[in-house]
Order: sequence, then structure tokens, then C-alpha cells
Amino acid sequence: MYAQMVKTGVDRIQSSEEMSPEERAFQERIDADIKIEPKEWMPEAYRKTLIRQISQHAHSEIIGMQPEGNWITRAPTLERKAILLAKVQDEAGHGLYLYCAAETLGVSRDELMEQLNSGKAKYSSIFNYPTLTWADIGAIGWLVDGAAIMNQVPLQRCSYGPYSRAMIRICKEESFHQRQGYDIMMKLARGTPEQKQMAQDALNRWWWPSLMMFGPSDADSVHSAQSMKWKIKINSNDELRQKFVDQTVPQAEYLGLTVPDPDLRWNAERGHYDFGAVDWEEFYQVIAGNGPCNRQRLRTRVKAYEEGRWVREAAEAYAAKKAARAQAKAA
Amino acid sequence: MNEQEALFEYLLRLGDNALILGHRLSEWCGHSPALEEDLALSNVALDLIGQTQLWLNLAGEIEGKGRDADKLAYLRDARDFRNLLLVEQPNGDFAMTMARQFYFDAWHYLQLQGLTGSKESRIAEIAAKSLKEVAYHLERSRDWVLRLGDGTEESHRRMQAAIDDLWMYTGELFEADEIDRTMIQAGLGPDPSALQESWLDLVRATAEEATLALPQPGWAQRGGKRGIHTEHLGYILADLQFLQRAYPNAVW
Amino acid sequence: MTDRKEWPLWEVFIRSQHGLAHRHVGSLHAPDAEMAIKNARDVYTRRNEGVSIWVVKASDIAASSPGEKGPLFDPANSKVYRHPTFYEIPEELGHM
Repeated sequence: MYAQMVKTGVDRIQSSEEMSPEERAFQERIDADIKIEPKEWMPEAYRKTLIRQISQHAHSEIIGMQPEGNWITRAPTLERKAILLAKVQDEAGHGLYLYCAAETLGVSRDELMEQLNSGKAKYSSIFNYPTLTWADIGAIGWLVDGAAIMNQVPLQRCSYGPYSRAMIRICKEESFHQRQGYDIMMKLARGTPEQKQMAQDALNRWWWPSLMMFGPSDADSVHSAQSMKWKIKINSNDELRQKFVDQTVPQAEYLGLTVPDPDLRWNAERGHYDFGAVDWEEFYQVIAGNGPCNRQRLRTRVKAYEEGRWVREAAEAYAAKKAARAQAKAA
Repeated sequence: MNEQEALFEYLLRLGDNALILGHRLSEWCGHSPALEEDLALSNVALDLIGQTQLWLNLAGEIEGKGRDADKLAYLRDARDFRNLLLVEQPNGDFAMTMARQFYFDAWHYLQLQGLTGSKESRIAEIAAKSLKEVAYHLERSRDWVLRLGDGTEESHRRMQAAIDDLWMYTGELFEADEIDRTMIQAGLGPDPSALQESWLDLVRATAEEATLALPQPGWAQRGGKRGIHTEHLGYILADLQFLQRAYPNAVW
Repeated sequence: MTDRKEWPLWEVFIRSQHGLAHRHVGSLHAPDAEMAIKNARDVYTRRNEGVSIWVVKASDIAASSPGEKGPLFDPANSKVYRHPTFYEIPEELGHM
């Protein structure tokens, strides 16, 4: 997902008896679906995990601007150009909302940015794949945003107030993102043979990385169990992945495209699609920095940040001068 | 050139300015100094892309050969583009982008103001809608000229360099040619030379407040309005038109 | 936190078209109030959400402390007579 494999710093789940009175009261509030707000008491592990998760999510939005931004100047019509620009702009907004949510936990945006720039912080594996054709823009909207929405909709109910509110805003704004992607795919699938080929090729390349977005099975993960107990993770990775496959396969069929998985078939007994094994070795390699675009993405981000430094400093200096002048005038 | 042909050319100028500058600004998305600025610059770019559609669709209608905004944007070569040289200049650093934007916005605002009085109601309507957008663009680019000019030593140096570098592209904004004169006579558009004084007033006042020195009037680069561009435009079009050129007649 | 300079954080309040009061919509960074308002316009009204913007530096907000929640808010719970539903009005009187 946009936040994959978030560590909680715990090695096992505490029982109610083991908790301190504060921890117990905290857990009871979460169990009763009462939102936790900034400055309220919270376990340190909860705070740290949230910072990690929210910032990973924010970093993913920001890095995610690159693969799509890649095609803004090459969009095939003025309308497509405007739509794509508006979408990538929304992602900047979503990153911004999320950084602000993280800041309520006592960390600054600059600190988070520096964690990203130094390679210390992670972001979603999916954005380390290249956008090679226009159809990739369709595939990202359809598959990547489709997968993201699946995770984000339940997170609107998560236990931390600012995160939950950011997710509500994000989900509302994102509702057009997946549709515009599918709309691109429909045009291509009904277009010339070259366009249809382009669409199929994009599906071939984005399908498996999209399934990886949900992260490896976390059925036995103590971190996931803890996050679920804290209600900052709502569904298991496998659950969401299955839901995604079930939802997406008919959409691919409608487009007349073939999902690149020979093991994919409807299982009437389960009422779900069975699908083939994800290549987790590839996933771990991408997470470790060895994806096709990791270095490029990070370098681009660092460059923008560093080259913007003098601008940020100038605005700050101007504000200080202006305030000083106003003060001198008042005195 | 009859009035209709002149009007077509004139609308291309309006549309191409918006198209090329919108394109340039869209290059910033994801690379600007702060997230807030990514959003702001994209909003300006989106306004300009919207204006492009309005102007070029109207141009296509006036021409009457079945070309719409997309056909005009994606299927003309550089020699047929009519935008000012100023707007095709590369983004450079943030100071360069903001200087370009400020020079253009200050002029664009006055031009649109003049166009709201056009006898052609469709022009007046598009101008009125665009004017509101551009009033905001101008506020923002002016904000940045002030902040960078009167910010740090480095930002001052960069902004001064940008103001200097782009100055020679501003002369073209105010030169009236045959097409402009046809428009003035027909009551369709304002006299570009009449905009110069107000433009200079604003630019001068802003430069002064920003502690910047405005260059002396000098030799002006010209040609964009009649299709003689700088080398930069060809590369913009190579990006912009790639898909339409590589897959002719495909629907996207 | 270090002494690194960062644009201050601003809280953004927007009044929508429907005449409701300004509502907190989120936050952003900006070097000064003027830019904060413009950034708020660009960040938080992209979908026609508002007709008026307030911004206030986050550090200038005085907030009630979460620890005082009980004494601050619980006492209102027992003042049920402040709510119209507390009173029974005969049905034959109609709406009141």
C-alpha cells in the first residue's frame, strides 16, 4: 500500500492486564471508537508508528507525482493535459495534508523531508516503476489509484483524528482519479490496434506491481496485529489484495484486456478469484532500493528540495524584514 | 489579409501565449520549492490551459476549416505558432520563472482588460472570465518578485539576473503590427502600444519595492507574433505534440 | 527539533457558500500571512469550497488542554433543561 510494512516497535501484543492504567484507558477509548487527538496522552509506540505510517503515505504521494508528472507535457489533448495536471496537483495536496497530520504528532515537515531525501524513510514500491507510454497513465489511475482507494477508504475511520480527517478529504478528492485512469484505458482499448496494444502492455507491466502494493501477507505479523488493535490499520494485506483482484478482473474483461496471470480463475466455492503467486523477491528488492527507478526518483526529489532552499529562505527573510519594518514603524 | 484572417491570427496569438506559458508552468509540477508552490503553480497552469481551449476553439470557429483547439495546438509546426517569445523561454530557476510570469501577467492583465471591451462578444466574454484568473496570477507573481528581490542576497542576485535576462523579450509585447491595427480599427482588441505606460508603471513600482534595478530600454527581440521563434519552441512542441504525431488520427 | 528555519505552520479556516461559519479545513506552511492566504486559496479551495478564508499561525492558537476535558465539558451534560426535547408539549398544540 502507500504505507507498506510499517513497523510498530513492539514484539508482541500486550494483554489488558499488562497495560498501565493510561495504556488501558487509551485502548478502551480506541475500542469505543473515540478518536485520539493531538496532545492527548498516547503510547509512545502508537505515536511513532503513526508518524512512520503517515509520513510513508505522504512520501508516496510526493514521489508518486513523478511517474505521472513525466507525462504532463506529453498528454495527447488539452483536456487530458488539464486532467493529468489537476490529478498530479491533487497528489501534492494529499502529501501536504498528510505531512500536516504527521506534524500534529510533534515532527516537522523538514525533518520528514530529510528522512525521505536521505533514503531513510520508505515510500510505496509502486512508484519505482517507470511510465513508458501514455497507457501507463491510464494503468496507474485504474490500478494504482484503485488499490490505494481500497486502503484509504477504511482509513477514514482510523483512530487518530487528524489522520482520519486527512483521509476523508483525500478520499473525496481522489474519487475522480481512478475513473480518469479507467477512462484513458477505455479510449485506448477501443482505439487503434496500436492503442489497444499499448493498453495491454501497460496492464502487463503494472498488474503484478499493483498486487505488491498491498504488501506481503501479514497474517502472522505482530506489527499488523498491533496496528489493527490501534485501529490505524483496518484490513489485512491479503484481504485487501483479494478484494482488489475481485474488483479489477471484471474491469479488465470489460476492456477486452488479459490479466497477465495464467493461474487466474474464478473459484465459485470461495466466491473469489484465485490468482498466482506474487514474486516477493522482486518486491523486497524494490523496497531495498533496487527497483528500476529508485535512484532516479530520489535524486529528482532531492534536487527539487535543494534547489528550492534559497527560495524558501528568501521568503522567510522577506517576512522577517517586513515584520521588523512594521515594528519599527509602530515604535 | 482580410479582417477574418487577421482575427484568426490574433486569436492564435492569444491562445498560443496561454498554451505555451501553461505548458512551461506545468513542467514545474513536482519540482517546485515547496508543496504549496506546486499547487499554486499548477493552478495558474490550469487556468492558462483553460484559456487556451477557449481562444483556440474560437480561432478554429473563425477560421471555419474544421480545426478545433486540439488540432490547432497539436498539429501546427513552430513557424505557425504565434506566441510571444517571452512565454517560451525556459523555466530556469524559480526567479526566472517568476520574472517571466510577472512581466507577462502585468501585460496579460492589461490586454485582457482591453479585450473585455471588444465588439466581438465572444472575445469580450472569454476576456472577462480570464481577467479574474489573471488578476490573481499577477498578485502571486508580484508577491514573488518582491520576496525574491528583497529576500536574501542570493535571491536578490538571482531575481536581478532574471529581470535583466528577460527584459529584451518584453519589447514585443507592445509593438503593433498590421494585424493589431486591423483589430484596433475594427474595435476588436486594444492597441498594444497603449498598454506600455501602465505596464511600465506597475513593473517600475514593483522593481523599486523589490530593490531591483530595471534595465534601460534597449534592443528588443521580436518575431514570435509572426512565427519566428527562439530555438526553445521546437523542443516544447516535440514534447507537446509527440503522441498526436506518432499516432495520427488516434482518439485519446 | 533543530533550529532549522522552516516556514511557519498556519491553520486554515474557510467559509463555504452556504452561509455557515468559518470551519477549520486543515493547515499549510507559508512565510507570512499574505502568502498563507494565497496558499490556502490554492490548496484548500481547488474545488470551489469557499468564499472567505481565515489563516492563523498555529503557534498563536490558545487551546484547551485535553487533561481538563472532564471539568470543562462534563458539567454541561447534566443541564438537560437547555435542550428543547426536555419539555413535553401536548401534541394538539402542534409545532412549537
